[in-house]
Amino acid sequence: MTAESVSASPVRFDSVTKRYPGADSVAVEELSFEVPAGEICVLVGPSGCGKTTALRMVNRTVEMTSGDILIGGRSVKEGDPARLRREIGYVIQQIGLFPHRTISQNIGTVPALLGWDKERIAARAAELLELIGLDPEYGDRYPAQLSGGQQQRVGVARALAVDPPVMLMDEPFGAIDPINRSRLQNEFLRLQAELKKTVLFVTHDVDEAIKMGDRVAVLKKGGHLAQYATPTELLMEPADDFVEDFVGADRALKRLALMRVRDVDLWTAPLAQAGDPAEPVRTAVAAAEVPHALLVDAENRPLGWLSARDLDGEQVPATPDSVADPLIDADSVLRDGLASLLQSGSLYAPVVDARGRLAGVLSVEIVSDFLASDEASESELTAAERPHD
Amino acid sequence: MSGTINHGLAQLAAVDQGFFTDRSGGGCIQDNKLFCPGWVADNYDRYVHPTLQHLVLVGSAVAAGFLIAFALAIFAHRHRWLQTPFLAGTGILYTIPSISFFFLLLPITGRGALTAIIALTAFNLQIIFRNVTNGLRNVPANVTEAATGIGMTPSQVLWRVELPLALPEVIAGLRIATVSTVALATLAVFANGGGLGTEIVTGSNITFKTGIIVAGSIAVIMAILFDAVLLLIGKLLAPWKRKQALV
Amino acid sequence: MIPLPALTLPTAAFGLFGDAFNFVFDGREAETGGVTVGGTSQVLDLAAKQLEVTLLALAVAILLAMPVGLWLGHRQKGEFLAVSAGNAGRAIPELALIALMAAAIGVGLVNLVVALAILGIPPILTNTYVGISQVDRASVEAARGMGMTETAIVRKVELPLAVPTIMGGVRTAAINIIATATIAPLAGILTLGDFIIARNVYGDAGVLAGAILVALMALALEGTLAGIQWAMTSKGLKLKRS
Repeated sequence: MTAESVSASPVRFDSVTKRYPGADSVAVEELSFEVPAGEICVLVGPSGCGKTTALRMVNRTVEMTSGDILIGGRSVKEGDPARLRREIGYVIQQIGLFPHRTISQNIGTVPALLGWDKERIAARAAELLELIGLDPEYGDRYPAQLSGGQQQRVGVARALAVDPPVMLMDEPFGAIDPINRSRLQNEFLRLQAELKKTVLFVTHDVDEAIKMGDRVAVLKKGGHLAQYATPTELLMEPADDFVEDFVGADRALKRLALMRVRDVDLWTAPLAQAGDPAEPVRTAVAAAEVPHALLVDAENRPLGWLSARDLDGEQVPATPDSVADPLIDADSVLRDGLASLLQSGSLYAPVVDARGRLAGVLSVEIVSDFLASDEASESELTAAERPHD
Repeated sequence: MSGTINHGLAQLAAVDQGFFTDRSGGGCIQDNKLFCPGWVADNYDRYVHPTLQHLVLVGSAVAAGFLIAFALAIFAHRHRWLQTPFLAGTGILYTIPSISFFFLLLPITGRGALTAIIALTAFNLQIIFRNVTNGLRNVPANVTEAATGIGMTPSQVLWRVELPLALPEVIAGLRIATVSTVALATLAVFANGGGLGTEIVTGSNITFKTGIIVAGSIAVIMAILFDAVLLLIGKLLAPWKRKQALV
Repeated sequence: MIPLPALTLPTAAFGLFGDAFNFVFDGREAETGGVTVGGTSQVLDLAAKQLEVTLLALAVAILLAMPVGLWLGHRQKGEFLAVSAGNAGRAIPELALIALMAAAIGVGLVNLVVALAILGIPPILTNTYVGISQVDRASVEAARGMGMTETAIVRKVELPLAVPTIMGGVRTAAINIIATATIAPLAGILTLGDFIIARNVYGDAGVLAGAILVALMALALEGTLAGIQWAMTSKGLKLKRS
């Protein structure tokens, strides 16, 4: 599956209002915004702000009272809701895999509804299993035999089955523990970089919104749009007290979630393989940014840090004094990288790509430099964009 | 008053002398010992027809009960407000003792197997209705929500997701209904409905112990066999339950 | 024996149902001749007897099955025994049980009550076990954590929470017992079932009258037990279920 072969459609909310029968107030009132094709738009807000209602009106699992939602210029109100839903991927927090059907059958649900033949469904299920990084043998298992994180990956695969132009994700990672949530978020962002779907994503977690969103729609009670902006704008210039409050006092730190580790200038460390002569390594260490050498294997995967004692001999030893821990995923955001560093109490950590190969070294200093430069850019931006001040 | 009633009972329990004397069994039968294997060996053929009748009674009553209760449960699943009245209605039919039900039908269907089948069906409805309804209700909301959300029509959600997931409870209801009906169908004899009850009460003597034991045992074995078959069907139709147990 | 005209004339229009009505209130001549059968006094006698054996057997079944179910359920042990008992109980043919009891051990009130109690034990045992063992373990742990003794846990936590399930078992048992008490005349104890069984004495009017009376009695018992269950169930549980 390549980026060229897939389609995405813009989604436009046009004065969408939902009033539940018998309710005193409206759940969503006059909501209007547009999500460009291929972008992730996160709907975020406190509970009761109408974000899930807004999402569910897109696939008509909740019918709107007035207004319209257009997907690629076509109103969702046209035609049969079941048919509409088959063209929209849908992932919910509780996943909702069918316990009585195998993983492959679960993934193949919508293709089967659309009448695909068996071979095509099987081929598609296998393709999607590979895409979400599950072994093909998982296809014959039942959902109860999978971990929560694996189930949620299957939920995403099921939503992607017929390559829908739009995906709706309702707190998809809300029930997953923090470590796995971060991993699933990264995986999804990696997928999205390839698939370029239009995604509407609901969360109550502002950190997740900032990390996942190309755009963030902050909703307040009654489904009023408080701000619709890119994460950077949201952090730099909250539209009002509500947004400022919701985003939180630590929004300077939150900006660390906007930058990926691979996108900052990483440091380089002297590298050595087991059996190399020790002398040149000692020289390199004395002159390097990182005052320690990294032992790597033939595939350039970090094995551990070499101490001065390790380098005392003629040759570089095969087992270093300290293992390379933590290892930081190049796709993770700077905030998570910093968290790993702080947690392990180390000043440096090797950064590795998806295959475990060394991409550079992250240091606490890089992060603080980034924050300092960012602070500067914020004051510039503020001065430039607020001429009235 | 009591004199009259004893008279009635004596009539019912009238000893079919020919039945005793014509058959072999010797002293065991004359003394009406608890169990006479010799008599059973010589007379097993007399149980074939009542056993078949019993199977027909049970099969018809459970099949009819299932069809009606299943349809009611599906209908009430779509129209939730009907669940309470349906439950109450089938509850009344369940509570009325079958033997009483036979004779309530007397002015309408008279005596015979049909009367017995109707009464046994009425008894079954509640058990099956309740299990189908519970089975459907216990399907996790997130699963039906996901099914609707990815584009299943309401009837696809029902037939492809809700009913398969409710299947273990449906089968459990069928097992309870079938086993209970096998036992209850012995009473069909009072409605002239045939079945194994004929070997316990009429035509012979209700004090003939060997006959009671044989007929009762056939009923118990039949119940166990029905139960085992349904259990097996349930396991075959719900493979996900087995695999889950392995984890 | 002299019927009130106002009562008989309209009811006669209902055919057999009218005859049954007359049978209950006025009685009629026995099919076998000579004696008057039916009428309110005999109906009340037989009804009282049916209720008596039913309640006695139910009480015996409760006293025997409930403590065992409570104990097993509280200890979370013996699931196989408790659940198999329920399944096996359903397979007992009531007719064969009563007939064999009468033939092998003898007729009489005690034997009948024992036989009926045997039918009542399985559902009470199973439901008590299931009701107690399915009480949310968090509630039990909380109670233990607060320093309740094991008896107090059963009495104050498990039992109140299990009331609906346990009473469900009691109601099933009661229905089985009262239905089977109808054939008690086979074991020498005359209940309303005598009208049904001894057709050669009471005629079709008596049979139908007996059937109606037994049905009404069963429904009344079930209704009463449902009411008792409602009264015994804590308000908190009723809220949760609605």
